[in-house]
Amino acid sequence: MKNIILTLGLIAVIGSSALTTLAADAAPPKPSLEDRITDLEAYVTNGARQTNSATALATSPGPGHNAWQMTSTALVLFMTLPGLALFYGGLVRRKNVLSVLAQCLGITGLVTILWWVCGYSIAFHSGKSWFGGLQWSFLSGVDSTPNTDYSGWVSHNVFSMYQLMFAIITPALIVGAIAERMKFSAILVFVTLWMFVVYFPLAHMIWGVDGMMNGVFNAAAKIKAIDFAGGTVVHMSSGWSALILCLILGKRLGFGKEPMPPHNLVLCMVGTGMLWVGWYGFNAGSAVAADVVAANAFTTTTLATAVASFAWPMAEWILKGKPSVLGFCSGAVAGLVVITPACGFVTAGGAVIIGIAAGLVPFFFCFKVKGWFGYDDALDTFGVHAVGGTMGAFLTGMLARNVANPNLATNLKDYVKDTAFQPLVFEQLKAIALTLVLAVVGTTVIAFAVKAVMGLRPTEEVESNGLDVSEHGEEGYHSDAYSSGRPSFANASAITETVHPSASAGRRPATV
Amino acid sequence: MKKIEAIVKPFKLEEVKDALSGVGIEGMTVSEVKGFGRQKGHTEIYRGSEYTVDFLPKLKLEIVLADEDVDAAVQAIIKAAKTGKIGDGKVFVSSIDEAVRIRTEEKGEHAI
Repeated sequence: MKNIILTLGLIAVIGSSALTTLAADAAPPKPSLEDRITDLEAYVTNGARQTNSATALATSPGPGHNAWQMTSTALVLFMTLPGLALFYGGLVRRKNVLSVLAQCLGITGLVTILWWVCGYSIAFHSGKSWFGGLQWSFLSGVDSTPNTDYSGWVSHNVFSMYQLMFAIITPALIVGAIAERMKFSAILVFVTLWMFVVYFPLAHMIWGVDGMMNGVFNAAAKIKAIDFAGGTVVHMSSGWSALILCLILGKRLGFGKEPMPPHNLVLCMVGTGMLWVGWYGFNAGSAVAADVVAANAFTTTTLATAVASFAWPMAEWILKGKPSVLGFCSGAVAGLVVITPACGFVTAGGAVIIGIAAGLVPFFFCFKVKGWFGYDDALDTFGVHAVGGTMGAFLTGMLARNVANPNLATNLKDYVKDTAFQPLVFEQLKAIALTLVLAVVGTTVIAFAVKAVMGLRPTEEVESNGLDVSEHGEEGYHSDAYSSGRPSFANASAITETVHPSASAGRRPATV
Repeated sequence: MKKIEAIVKPFKLEEVKDALSGVGIEGMTVSEVKGFGRQKGHTEIYRGSEYTVDFLPKLKLEIVLADEDVDAAVQAIIKAAKTGKIGDGKVFVSSIDEAVRIRTEEKGEHAI
C-alpha cells in the first residue's frame, strides 16, 4: 500500500513539473516590475524599448509623443490650408485669388490620394536607397502600432499622416512661381508626375530608413547629410523646380508694363502668421517625439524666424526708406525656410546667425538678382525657398553641434566636430548638388512633357480675364452694388411669379 | 437747371455736405473716383517691384439744381473744400435738359 502511494506521489510530482515546463514554453514570462519601469522610462525619454517581455508598452504608442505628433500634423496642414493659400492669395491680383486657393485645395486632395495609393510606401518603406518598396501601398500594414524604424512611440499611421502634410505643402509652394498663368489641369498633371519623379525619391533618400542621404539614422548612407525638417526635401526641391517651371512657362502677360501689386496685403499677413505658428509642427514635429530634440527645434525656430522677420524690413528701411509689411512677412517666411533643415541640430546662437542670414540673403535675391535676370517668379518661390533652402542646408553643415542633438553621435562622429568647416559641410554640399540636379532635370522633363501633351498656359483671353472666372466659374469678391444676373433653379418660373420684380434685382447696395 | 460736378479730396465730404445744406441743398450723388491734375502721386514698393501710382483717390459730387442756386452752391463748395494745397480739386457746371422724379413723375424744377 505504502509503495503504491509513494509511486503515485512520485508520478504526480514528476508529471506536474513536466506540465509546468511545457506551459512555460507556450506562454512568455510575466513582465517583472523592473521590465515595466524600464519600458515606462523609455517612453518618457523617447528611448528604445529595452525589454523583450510583454509589458503593456511593448507595442503601444506613447500618448505624449503621439499627441504632439497628431497636433503637429494638424499644424502642418494648417500651413497649407489656409496659411499658404492666404499668403499667396493676397499677393496675386484680385481676379486670380481663387485660382491660388483652388490650387492649394486641389493639391491637398490629389497628393493625399497618391500618398495612400503608394506614395508613402515609396518614400518610407525600405527597398532601394533611392526608392522604397511598394509593400505599404494603400497603407496596408500601416496601423496604430509604432514603427520603430521611425519612432518608438508614435503610431505608424500618425507618422504617415504627418509626412503626408509635407508631401502636400511642397508642390503647393511651387505654384507661387507660376501664379496667374498656368492651367489648373496642367498643374494637377504636373504635380502628379513631379511627386513620383522628385518628391517621393528625395524624401526616401533623406528620411527613408535606408535612404542614401540619411546621414543621421542610416549608417550605410552614401552621403552623410542631415536635414531635420526638409531644407532639401521641401524647400530646395520646390524652389528650384519653381524657377525652371516659371522659365519654361514664360512671363505673365503685361509683366514689366502693367502694374501687378498684391491685391490684399492684409490676407498675406494673416497667412504669414498662420505659416509661422503652423511651422512649429513642421519643425518641432520632425523630432517625431515630444522630447529634448523637439524642445531645441522649437526654440531655434522661434529665434531664427523672429530675427529674420526683423532684419528684412530693417534692410528695407536703410536701402529703400521704409520698412514694409510685406518685408516683415517675407523675412519671417525666409527665416522659417532657412532654419528648417537646421532646427534640430543647431543651438540658440546658431539660430540667431541663421536668422540674420535669412533676413538678408533672400532679400538681396528678391530685390536685386530678380531684376538683373528679369524672370517672372511671381511670388518669389525661388528667391525665398530655393535660395533659403540651399543656404539653410549649407549653414546646417557649418552650425550643427553635438550638444544640440545626441543623435548626431550615432553615425556622424567623424563628420560633426563642432567646428565651422567640419566634414559635414562637404556632405551637405553633395546633398545640395544631388537635390538641385534632381529637381532641375526632373522638372524640365516633366514640364516639357506636359506642355507637349496638353499645354501649360491658358489662352491670352483667359489669362487677361483672370483665372478665377474662366477656370473655376467664380469670383472672389462680389460687389452687391454691381451685381447682375439671376440665379437659375429648376423651378425658376414659379419663383419669379410670386416675387415682386424689383426684389429680384438683389439686396440693396452696400454702403460705400 | 444746372448740374454741378465737384471733385474734392475725400476727407472733405462732411464739410462740403454741411456747407451745401447751409445754402439749402439737401440732395447729391457721390462716387469714389481716381484722378490727378498737378498733384504728384506716390511710389509703392513690393519686394523689389516699384510702382509709381499717379492716380489719387478723390470724391466726385454731382448736384442738379435750379439756375438761381448755382452761385451760392459753388461758393459753399469752394469754401468748404479748400485746403490751399495742390490737389484741392475742381468744380464744373453744365446745363441739364430734363429732370424727372421717379416716384411721382414730376418734371423740371419740381423734380430737383
